[in-house]
Amino acid sequence: MSVLIFLETTDNQIKKSSLEALVYGRTIAGRSGGSVTALVVGNPTNLSEAASHGAATVMQISDSRFSQNDAQAFAEALSEAATQKSASLIVMAKSVFSDSIIPKLSAIWKAGAATNVVSLPESDANFSVKRSIFTGKAFELMKLTSERKIVSIKKNAVEVSLSPAAGEVVAYQPSVSSKAFALRTVSTEKASGEILLSDAEIVVSGGRGLKGPENWGLVTDLAKVLGAATGCSKPVSDLHWRPHHEHVGQTGIKVSPNLYIAIGISGAIQHVAGISSSKVIVAINKDPEAPIFKAATYGIVGDAFDVVPKLTQALRNSL
Amino acid sequence: MNILVCITSVPDTTSKISFSDNDTKFVSAGITYIIGPYDDYALARAVELKEAKGSGNITVFHVGEADSEPVIRKALAIGADDAVRVNSVAKDGYFVADQIAAYAKTKSFDLILMGKESIDFNSGIVHGLVGELLGIPSVSPVMKLDINGNEATMEKEIEGGKETLQASLPLVLGCQEPIAEWKIPSMRGIMSARTKPLQVIEPTSFSSGLEFEKYELPAPRTNCKMISDSQVEELVTLLKSEAKVI
Repeated sequence: MSVLIFLETTDNQIKKSSLEALVYGRTIAGRSGGSVTALVVGNPTNLSEAASHGAATVMQISDSRFSQNDAQAFAEALSEAATQKSASLIVMAKSVFSDSIIPKLSAIWKAGAATNVVSLPESDANFSVKRSIFTGKAFELMKLTSERKIVSIKKNAVEVSLSPAAGEVVAYQPSVSSKAFALRTVSTEKASGEILLSDAEIVVSGGRGLKGPENWGLVTDLAKVLGAATGCSKPVSDLHWRPHHEHVGQTGIKVSPNLYIAIGISGAIQHVAGISSSKVIVAINKDPEAPIFKAATYGIVGDAFDVVPKLTQALRNSL
Repeated sequence: MNILVCITSVPDTTSKISFSDNDTKFVSAGITYIIGPYDDYALARAVELKEAKGSGNITVFHVGEADSEPVIRKALAIGADDAVRVNSVAKDGYFVADQIAAYAKTKSFDLILMGKESIDFNSGIVHGLVGELLGIPSVSPVMKLDINGNEATMEKEIEGGKETLQASLPLVLGCQEPIAEWKIPSMRGIMSARTKPLQVIEPTSFSSGLEFEKYELPAPRTNCKMISDSQVEELVTLLKSEAKVI
């Protein structure tokens, strides 16, 4: 089947999770010799990665209105592009933005959608995929039976690999309805240069064990050495030690980095749910009975105020 | 102002998840059901908006069988005025969206609020589908909501930040913290909830293109390797050469 992949950008770069989506789409198209088309807005500095990861065609939108995150406009553009390319599958990385595009696209393009997908389908005919449910506590296998299908891929569910293709860039001007760009954007606040928590390869999080916001330097120093994003547990954001958008867990941000370091976090089931798809979890806690050690790959029982500075120094010496 | 708040009934966030019947059934024995945490934020904001305005009506909408009525009563105790329950298991997001849209078409709501996603199946598609089915704009995830006359000002989460948007009512919104603080029902609220109207309606037909097959639990993590707090260098070595993540 032919596949359209939406490449999301951040700081004018195609996101790594979007390359994962591209590899996923390319793999499915490859099974039946279908075409692989990627859709991108603007001119990201790493645009050539679309070709090197398997896109035969890259549809490029230059319309400046698309610099807004207007889900309606993107849904209409993707629907039109997929129809033009006779694609029967649209793939994108799971993100705050794709979450808002998918239901609209599903209605407009008349396709069944599965979000949070972590596995390839059985086959084109038996499009049975595994998705993460109960916020990381379980999976469900479900089959998409509609002719047109949409999937969003959970971060880190796909191994990125190169597979050079033509990657011919073609300008694309979607025709959008009056419903697109109908919401008036008053202002946009975006931290630039910061590593996004949901997209980070390494996350360092702190919990109540750090005793107060004045001690957060321990977390940020370690994060800086590792090039990591910083997160926190729910009690910490409830106490306003850290902003809400750093809250990792069942009702906060779900992360799936390669490395998650939990400092002074006891490991309540809600927190563990939000980190369960991390590849490696390191727990540092002074309580040897803390449940976080049951979820962790590596653990250190000790005082964070003693262990973390030593760890930061050891990493600084070796990286 | 008429507000429809759609709520899910989901296992409490501390629940251990397990399955039976060859991993095809969720084991609900011993599970405490709550209003979906994100839906609860939406409900709390609806109550605040109504209080600020001093007029209006809040209808709670739920798709589920009779055993979810305690969760609906709780929403009424928190401050909703009446409730509608569609008498059916919530088969999937498409089914729920169809039920909401079919009901909303017969009324006139200024706002349709719900959580950005349910915490059981995490599909996160219902608000967007309802907007499309009704032909009105939908926005998610909304972290702040103010209404002035017929105009809504919203703060929406975007990756790494937030965006402030304005739009005219009616709107469908998927909500998340910190749009409002969760509300605890008062004794008076609990008493009055018992007599507030709860209408039970039958579902409309639908088609979704999804077929559930089975559940699966994640593989348990292998035993945690413990490292002495005096040998943090060993952890660095393991992360580099064994786990290969740095």
